Amino acid sequence: MRAKIYVVLKASVLDPQGKTIHQAVQTLGYRGIEDIRQGKYFEIALSDSLTRDEAQTMLDKLAREVLSNPVIEEYRVELEETS
Amino acid sequence: MKFGVVVFPGSNCDHDAYHVVSKVIGQPVDFIWHQATSLEGYDAVILPGGFSYGDYLRAGAIARFSPIMQAVKSFAAAGGLVLGICNGFQILCESGLLPGALLPNRTMKFVCQFVHVRVEATDTPFTHLYERGQILSLPIAHGEGNYYCDPETLNRLRRENRILLRYCDERGRVTDRANPNGSLDNIAGICNRQRNVFGLMPHPERAAEEVLGSTDGRVLFHSMAMALAELAQD
Repeated sequence: MRAKIYVVLKASVLDPQGKTIHQAVQTLGYRGIEDIRQGKYFEIALSDSLTRDEAQTMLDKLAREVLSNPVIEEYRVELEETS
Repeated sequence: MKFGVVVFPGSNCDHDAYHVVSKVIGQPVDFIWHQATSLEGYDAVILPGGFSYGDYLRAGAIARFSPIMQAVKSFAAAGGLVLGICNGFQILCESGLLPGALLPNRTMKFVCQFVHVRVEATDTPFTHLYERGQILSLPIAHGEGNYYCDPETLNRLRRENRILLRYCDERGRVTDRANPNGSLDNIAGICNRQRNVFGLMPHPERAAEEVLGSTDGRVLFHSMAMALAELAQD
């Protein structure tokens, strides 16, 4: 199994990097882009010995306790089977 | 009375803090490696500035899991004095010893300059030798010093008088212009509810001798030493 974890700043937190990128993108002439928020992305390789439920529980804990700071960020975990 | 300065991989103000405690205010002090698990025998602990673990993930995010941080938590809970300077402040927030978080500066630039801060509260072991409203000249040097917390936390910090330092101009006016990094409410330093844990972005250890352009930071270390001496007498 593999997992992807996305960490982004909460909507209530100002994201100066995303704002700067958005401004540059507008200067370049891209039209119709309302907003850009920058975040972090983690690719995680998991041992085959884990069940899907175990992996989900562990990854939630990992994302909450280590990969994100709940004061300013939120996360999303995606689990995928490797074929 | 004994001070300890914690050394994380990537700390770079540890020697400055050690120097000020030992040579400027003349108190016993040790370096404490981050793998240590006990703070037995210490009365005050300093988490120095720097770039612990290269600021990977988030500033202070990895240092928070160092073995010493469990000891720092118990030490703080038992009433020991904990001072977090710059990266040390970031580590205190990441570890939950202080509320809120330090975001990248709103300009996205690393800011390295002298700033003015106003002393907002003096009823702490760290600030009791300052005057309330006193304007200090202290240097800052950080890329992530933009203090953030939710509105409820901010209200609590204000109500409990836990904002100890705020960025201001040379006349003490707390304005947006005088805010070097976008910090909420111009916050430069806060303490915990018990007032024995203090985190600040400015570097008092870099402003403790005439030759460095300001001695305003020295008072902070004197305050700590005096508070500990008074405790020892009781």
